Amino acid sequence: MAIRILTDQPPVETPSVSTRSGVIGTLTRALVSNRKALAGVVLLGVFTLVAVFAGLIAPYDPHSLQFDPILGPSREHLLGTTGNGQDIFSQLVWSTRESLVLALLAGVMATAISVIVGVSAAYLGGLWDHVLNLFTDVFLVIPTLPLMIVVAAYAKGGGVGVLIAVIVITGWSYGARQLRSQALSLRNREFLEAARVRGERSLYIIAFEVLPNMTSLIVAIFLGAALYAVLAAAGLQFIGLGDTNDLSWGTMLYWAENNGALLAGSPLWVVAPGVCIALLGAAFALLNYAFDEISNPALRPVRARRAQAASSDQPT
Amino acid sequence: MIATAPVLDIRDLCVDYVTARGAVRAVDNVSLELAKGEFLGIVGESGCGKSTLLFAIARLLSPPAEIASGSVRFKGRDMVTLGEKELRHIRWRDYAVVMQSAMNALNPVMTIGAQLKDAIEAHERMPTARMRERCQEVMRLVGIDPEHLGSYPHQLSGGMRQRAMIAMALVFTPELVIMDEPTSALDVVAQRSLMLQIKNLQRRIGFAAVFVTHDMSLVSHFSDRLAVMYAGQVVEIGATRVVFEDPKHPYTKGLMQSFPSISGPKLHLVGIAGSPPDLLRPPSGCRFHPRCPSVMPQCHTEEPPLYVRPNDLVKCHLYADGR
Amino acid sequence: MAAETPFLLETAGLTKHFRLGGILSNRVLHAVDDVDLAIGEQEIVALVGESGSGKSTIARLIARVYRPTGGEIYFRGRALSQMRNRSEVLEYRGRVPMVFQDPYGSLSPVFRVSHGVLRALRLHRPSLGKSAREQAAVQLFESVGLAPGTEFLGKYPYELSGGQRQRVGFAQALACSPELILADEPVSMLDVSVRIGLLNLMATLRRELRVSFLYITHDIASARYVADRLVVMYAGQVAESGPVEDVLAHPKHPYTQLLLSAVPDPRAPISLPTSSEVAEPPRVINPGEGCRFRARCPYAVAECHVVTPRLRLLRPVHSAACHVATSDLDDVPVPERVANL
Repeated sequence: MAIRILTDQPPVETPSVSTRSGVIGTLTRALVSNRKALAGVVLLGVFTLVAVFAGLIAPYDPHSLQFDPILGPSREHLLGTTGNGQDIFSQLVWSTRESLVLALLAGVMATAISVIVGVSAAYLGGLWDHVLNLFTDVFLVIPTLPLMIVVAAYAKGGGVGVLIAVIVITGWSYGARQLRSQALSLRNREFLEAARVRGERSLYIIAFEVLPNMTSLIVAIFLGAALYAVLAAAGLQFIGLGDTNDLSWGTMLYWAENNGALLAGSPLWVVAPGVCIALLGAAFALLNYAFDEISNPALRPVRARRAQAASSDQPT
Repeated sequence: MIATAPVLDIRDLCVDYVTARGAVRAVDNVSLELAKGEFLGIVGESGCGKSTLLFAIARLLSPPAEIASGSVRFKGRDMVTLGEKELRHIRWRDYAVVMQSAMNALNPVMTIGAQLKDAIEAHERMPTARMRERCQEVMRLVGIDPEHLGSYPHQLSGGMRQRAMIAMALVFTPELVIMDEPTSALDVVAQRSLMLQIKNLQRRIGFAAVFVTHDMSLVSHFSDRLAVMYAGQVVEIGATRVVFEDPKHPYTKGLMQSFPSISGPKLHLVGIAGSPPDLLRPPSGCRFHPRCPSVMPQCHTEEPPLYVRPNDLVKCHLYADGR
Repeated sequence: MAAETPFLLETAGLTKHFRLGGILSNRVLHAVDDVDLAIGEQEIVALVGESGSGKSTIARLIARVYRPTGGEIYFRGRALSQMRNRSEVLEYRGRVPMVFQDPYGSLSPVFRVSHGVLRALRLHRPSLGKSAREQAAVQLFESVGLAPGTEFLGKYPYELSGGQRQRVGFAQALACSPELILADEPVSMLDVSVRIGLLNLMATLRRELRVSFLYITHDIASARYVADRLVVMYAGQVAESGPVEDVLAHPKHPYTQLLLSAVPDPRAPISLPTSSEVAEPPRVINPGEGCRFRARCPYAVAECHVVTPRLRLLRPVHSAACHVATSDLDDVPVPERVANL
């Protein structure tokens, strides 16, 4: 036990919550001032709006087969039509709903399991810690792609439920490890001891003292899980898992592949949903980086300053 | 005041931390002199700038901290303007730094001997046999059995680790050793032991020492001169005994009164009311005036210079020339 | 155990061992061994020792963070191990709260500083309504010197200085009319000029609210300033115990003498360098019998290696655990500085 006398921190602290408006205010300002965050928020916002107002944005019924197939982009059909005579743009717009919901739902569920398993392992300790760790490690090690393909083969379609289940099962273990580490490090912080000495129940401590101090990690893990979900869902739907009659970017790719879109001369049928998947994934990735930077000032980009003699070869 | 050329001559040094909210002046116009072989203690509390000053002298500052102005003349050369290459020549050979916590400063996966060798090799080419000899010499100098050259830091006690740090600093017998609270992580008994060792070494080898600490009583028996810092400025500086027996600056007086004694009558102490100022918006005039029990009207508006008195320097209007 | 005990808190043979390594390891850390401690009403007892002496562990045993490996703790005569149901334990926690060392770690950074106090009030005074609770919180804050209370309640920890945060810690401890406050190095991490303010606060609370304190510290000078009795710990055992002035004037245990000689005192004349010995903290893993200080003790005799010394009453209320110490005042040489008392 070294008595660490706190001397000479830099005279200005960089607090995590910097105004009277509290967490929300800081978060908003941080998101707005960070370029990556702004880009991510804008992208996500656009997709959300499209999903919510799909009915107003899409010009036609996405299922309707009334149009001529494989038309190129034109004023009536912004992205052309599919091999079955559906308007690609309308399909794209309506698909945003399912793709976004899938990503968010699967992301939230995977994160929830990560939190429960990770924090429990840290708090129960002992044998439980070992058991839960083993459990986590097994899932970490399972190769996701082969697993998904095997499940797809057995499920022979299935619905959105199967899709979400596969994504969650393959996606939760990564976060659990990190959460456990952080929970372990928090465990010995004095304010938790103070809570215990005050007489709080264990469950209260975990829910209201530990978890609030882990929010930045939990959000980061959620964003990572959502990103994973976007890509995994697309991949799974592409190989035919989930209901192929659903409207989703992944299923669009499935049908495009089935109809040999690229060869048939309607590349937009493939490119459009592909770009959307990439952009939604990018939105989550950008937000993830931005969040890291906001919560850890050391990662912020150092803006070059006027040439100064004062430089050092060792960090202080 | 100094007859021969001082080893260290700091003039009007200013160090800023550049933050989003503006530049914070952590060290404000500090001027100090250190003679050959002299032991200078720098005392102050959190946020007074003493560690920043130390790092500035050793040229170890990294962004957002930077030296804004002033000079640090070490053996006649201005360290502030030296480039990395030139610094490397004098670093460790002419001056060395001992950090606060050896456990953080020592590499946990290398033996002490390997780290000593590293330090030597970085600054001079020495034949292996001579290096080994030097390592053993320097370990004996600080009172550690040279057997421990093969030990890892975690195998040594706290006191021994700090001594190993000091051994590393002395490997080239530098003329100046800068120490940042090297004893604060130790127990009282180990602290005293280490301080005695440092003082002995200083007498034997003859290096000048700058010793930064928050604990005045610790340094009182070992330093020749004492500088008291507050809010980035030196508020009092003089011979140690003079500062102790006759503190002039109200802050120094307040600080002296914050140490309960284990001998003598039991006095009721009051410490110093208030807290150190926010350096982003320091108080006008004298920086201590909001907390000063002897404040005068002029203190609110006029920043006092370091008034020169017969035995020491005091940055306080109470001691303006003629009083 | 007498039904009417004069002591507020008493420990008998308190022991805490930790097993190091895995389940199969036989290395046992003896953090606390056979400690008898007694704290009376309106009394400040200082528990002094270096790192590894076991003082923080004792605080945590009393605060029911750890369960003792052996021995017992009595609060007003009632054994802690007999307290089974939640309401009894909760009441005990209200009567015997703890203040922590680290002002930067003892408050949750995501809540306002009112959080801890309001929660403590909620748990220990459930009859209070929301506004009554807030009133009580304001009063508590002001009683520890954080005025105006309403303004401070709304702040976040980072907006307060170290000293102010520690005061919040005291306010939390006061939430349920405590009888004994366990203060684990409450001022060690604070600036020197701020420490006095908090030590004075402790003395005020003792005087006005009749609260006792177990003040744990490694700084003897501050112990002298604020405490009535001094208990010196070494390697998990009590080395010496008695009234503060008595122990400082006539230290009986060689460790106490060593400690006193090492404390830097600027007002004392500069002492000549004493023998510069290598100071090693004791290793308390599987220690075995014998005095744990024998390796560093200049007076060790054969018995010290074989028999663990027990606390012996040497003067009216002053005891030491040493085979060599006697009750004569001038028997064991005393460091010159302390002789000037």
